[in-house]
Amino acid sequence: MASEILTSNEYIKHHLQNWVFGQHADGSWGFAHTAQEARQMGFWAIHLDTMLWSIVLGAAFLWLFSKVGKSATSSAPGPLQNFVEWVVEFIDENVRSSFTAKNDMVAPLALTLFVWVLLMNTMDLVPVDWLPLTAQFIGQLFGADPHHVFFKVVPTTDPNATFGMAFGVFYLMLYYSFKMKGPIGFAAELTMQPFQAANPILKILFVPVNLFLEGISLISKPVSLSLRLFGNLFAGEMIFILIALLFSGGWILGLMGGLLQWAWAVFHILIVLLQAFIFMTLTVVYLDMAHHEH
Amino acid sequence: MDLPQALLYVAGAVLLGLAGVGVGVGVGVLGARFLEGIARQPELLPMLRTQFFIVMGLVDAIPIIGVAIALYILFAVVGG
Repeated sequence: MASEILTSNEYIKHHLQNWVFGQHADGSWGFAHTAQEARQMGFWAIHLDTMLWSIVLGAAFLWLFSKVGKSATSSAPGPLQNFVEWVVEFIDENVRSSFTAKNDMVAPLALTLFVWVLLMNTMDLVPVDWLPLTAQFIGQLFGADPHHVFFKVVPTTDPNATFGMAFGVFYLMLYYSFKMKGPIGFAAELTMQPFQAANPILKILFVPVNLFLEGISLISKPVSLSLRLFGNLFAGEMIFILIALLFSGGWILGLMGGLLQWAWAVFHILIVLLQAFIFMTLTVVYLDMAHHEH
Repeated sequence: MDLPQALLYVAGAVLLGLAGVGVGVGVGVLGARFLEGIARQPELLPMLRTQFFIVMGLVDAIPIIGVAIALYILFAVVGG
């Protein structure tokens, strides 16, 4: 919890700082020791903690589901197989109800997104200090100053991760729009609505207006998709950090903090599940829109 | 307390308050319609509940982002 040297302000900022690898201002490559150094690294800085946790969790999901899939049996399924089947059926049902075109790729994509985002969100329920303190301890073994070890556990509280996923979805939307409607059909969709006219001169006059409106609605899809996930998880993480501040204020406040943390964690389970589900549903809906002419 | 700091506190309070007003109206209307729908057609409850939670997640997103930014301003930017 907040040590004597740190003020609450520094404690919060320390928790909101990623573990960054990149090029220092003097040209050498290495880890950022302060938030200011991390900022100076600019575009090519990599958030190692986000990468680490998202890749580890994604690999864990793939390993678990493929293991269950390979050893699936119809005679007497174990609890793990029942659970995996339940998840797969849940996604299948949802995709069937909101995706009407024919594409074998969408349901596996939805399953991957749902479970992956859910796993990354679930890292939020781990008490905020456990893993960063462990990282500080390990960093000390390698000779790093513990105050320079930054470790942000939840990948979805990093906008880079959510924007990365949303850009992937955006790319698929554009790809299928081109594939299903052709370049002309896609261009017509962007320029011929919502304002329509029978008169050809009016039609041409409406083109820039329509392009502006449709362009905004197209760009706003990945932006809102990623910002929604990031904002919700960031808010949850922020409140967990504020509650963790109470642990440094004596045992009465600490006890209250423990209760609050438990209560917020219980409430947060809803947000964790809901945001993963919304991310998946909206992805499916956007891809469905990309498959259909309006 | 000097003026810029006081203004930051006010900004955080306004953010929190307006987020609360907005989400109160939004989720209130949504919940009322949800209950109305169930009262009319109780057999639609499972379908409506899923849709209700999806829309609530959508409505909830912007205010919760506002709350996060407000708390960040109140505790990390001005708080010591």
